[in-house]
Amino acid sequence: MSSHESSYEPKSATAKWWDERLPLPRLMNDQFIDFPTPRNLNYLWTFGGILTFCLVAQVVTGIVLAMHYNSTAVDAFNSVDRIRRDVNFGWLIQPIHAVGGSMFFLAVYLHMFRGIYYGSYRAPREILWILGVFIFLAMMATAFMGYALPWGQMSFWAVTVITNLFSSLDQLIPGLGTSIVQWLWGGYSVSGTTLNRFFSLHYLLPFVTFGLVILHIWALHVCGQNNPSGVEIKTKSDSVPMYPYAIAKDAFALFAFLIIFAWFVLFLPDYLGHADNFIAADPLVTPPHIVPEWYFLPFYAILRAIPDKLGGVIAMFASIAILAFIPWLDRSPVRSTKYRPIYKWFFWLLVFTCLALGYLGAKPAEGTYVFWARVFTFYYFAHFLIVMPILGSMETPKSLPGSITESVLGKGGSKSLSSGLGGAPAGATAAPEDR
Amino acid sequence: MMLQRKFAPLRMALVAIAAIGFASAANAAGGEAIHYDRHDWTYGGVKGQFDPIQLRRGFQVYQEVCAACHGLERVRFRNLVEPGGPQFDEEAVKTLATEWPNQIVDGPNDEGEMFERPAKLSDILKGPYKNAKEARAAQGGAYPPDLSLMTRARNVHTDAPWYIHVPLMMRDIITGYQEGGSDYVYSLLIGYEDEPADFELSEGMNYNKYFAGHQIAMAQPIPEEGAVEYQENAGAKMSMKQNAEDVTAFLAWAADPSLNSRKQLGWSVLIYLLITTLLLYFAKKRIWKRIKH
Repeated sequence: MSSHESSYEPKSATAKWWDERLPLPRLMNDQFIDFPTPRNLNYLWTFGGILTFCLVAQVVTGIVLAMHYNSTAVDAFNSVDRIRRDVNFGWLIQPIHAVGGSMFFLAVYLHMFRGIYYGSYRAPREILWILGVFIFLAMMATAFMGYALPWGQMSFWAVTVITNLFSSLDQLIPGLGTSIVQWLWGGYSVSGTTLNRFFSLHYLLPFVTFGLVILHIWALHVCGQNNPSGVEIKTKSDSVPMYPYAIAKDAFALFAFLIIFAWFVLFLPDYLGHADNFIAADPLVTPPHIVPEWYFLPFYAILRAIPDKLGGVIAMFASIAILAFIPWLDRSPVRSTKYRPIYKWFFWLLVFTCLALGYLGAKPAEGTYVFWARVFTFYYFAHFLIVMPILGSMETPKSLPGSITESVLGKGGSKSLSSGLGGAPAGATAAPEDR
Repeated sequence: MMLQRKFAPLRMALVAIAAIGFASAANAAGGEAIHYDRHDWTYGGVKGQFDPIQLRRGFQVYQEVCAACHGLERVRFRNLVEPGGPQFDEEAVKTLATEWPNQIVDGPNDEGEMFERPAKLSDILKGPYKNAKEARAAQGGAYPPDLSLMTRARNVHTDAPWYIHVPLMMRDIITGYQEGGSDYVYSLLIGYEDEPADFELSEGMNYNKYFAGHQIAMAQPIPEEGAVEYQENAGAKMSMKQNAEDVTAFLAWAADPSLNSRKQLGWSVLIYLLITTLLLYFAKKRIWKRIKH
């Protein structure tokens, strides 16, 4: 599975027996205990563990909720209310799941921006990155369908608006869009049939995500982790074993993250949602403003920034699809933005653009809001299509440290400085006390 | 250099937390800006809890004023006894249920007929109408909604300029402000006044300065002098604002009956998490001390 040598020695007869048949202990040892992690990772590298926790938490709370939830148009809204009122600890489990979705996205956005900042998508991690984009897509689909399940006003109308987007395909082939929309709905309008199939898919997709996550971790463990310097592991002293170093850091970061998580669950369970979703779905009453959950707002802003319906749909999907191509769009000779004095500014402009699009996505599509949504939509795409390739080949990066060790200890501090470039991460199996 | 390495992640984390604020602030959108005052609720913020005495007064207002038109059909009589609520005496609530004017439709009985029977502790606080159609017919076309989730189904909107959103949201997150719905309901109840001279009020409508569009079908439920006289020992005197505040608190409980236990658990969880986080931090420090980093 990975390119570092196994250090696992079965200690007992049973362990040996297992090792010859299904070397699971060896796998765990090599990949999660003795795995070499760059010694210079900062706390932004803890989000992988946090995201794994989020996925597990969503699955566990979700399974419990599904035991009490009723996916019929008549009773869905009532059953969610009943979970909060009458199911033992339902008042706790339901908000953990609802807030958990938001926390999942908060963590994934940080994880993605970290990847962009430090060039974690660059060779040889293209597959790793693209798997990440697929995980993000699966998360979005799961979250969208999950948001439909409480069957409140915002659920119903969000489903109506978003599924209706596909009808714009009629502009390409007459009838195609309408057919797709009816196929999604399972009828001629959003109904209980739609809700029921969304529930089925909402239960399925997390397991698809789980599979993708395993591939994502596999790819990560083949290439090894990127790190703030963007220089690969070359010698033993560049890395530390995952246990206890990275594990200790991850555990601390996870609990720090849980403080924010708990704060929202226990003190602000409604804060990240929308009040209209406490009104049961009513096909006859359209809410004055239909807005998606906060984590979809930037994409919603892009959708509405384009004056043409089909164009908007294409732009919205393109804004996610484009992420899969950035390993080849970025032409810079270095990975990490740390060594890119000019690009650094553009990176933060991208962050600001995403926040601004989020803000604009919640505003009505009128007046100056539309103007600014267009400006920021333009920059969003320009960042990847213009800034990344052009600035990448023009900019003179700062000089890179010779190795990770050097980036941590300075030139004098690294004794075993190897001058070779790139290559697979070397093994780092030395016991900590050797250092 | 050193500083930069330390702070880049921190800066990113702050930006991301701000992003949540940004976005949810922006959930409020459009329309004419109405300013709603923030009221001081006993159950507000991260420490607030319901005051059972106030909830009892609030229930009285609901019973004597609101219940004439509005149901509370997600709440059961037994809830009125449970901790975290008005905590009425169980016997009193049994009597209350039996005497509740809107009886429970049950059945079919052995003859195959549906029948009406008095409510029990396990039954809902039924409203006066069989269904929305009957309600509309009785109310001149306007539908008096069920109030069980009202304070969670409404919110107040912040119409601050974009650059204020992040600080405002951070303030709300840190102070645990989630009483927008209560602020709205309270404002609405005390927001009735004569329409301005240039305002054209439709037939049968009432002017309310806090209602979107200012025309509301519901007539002023609590008059200026108040509507409900409390008992001697209820801890408050009748007035419009007092009645409105009490019934709002009661509805907030009806919508979120686990608020007390949730916030109590919240502090235990936070203390546990803070201590564990601290311990993990020191463990991490100690482990990483073995190497230079």
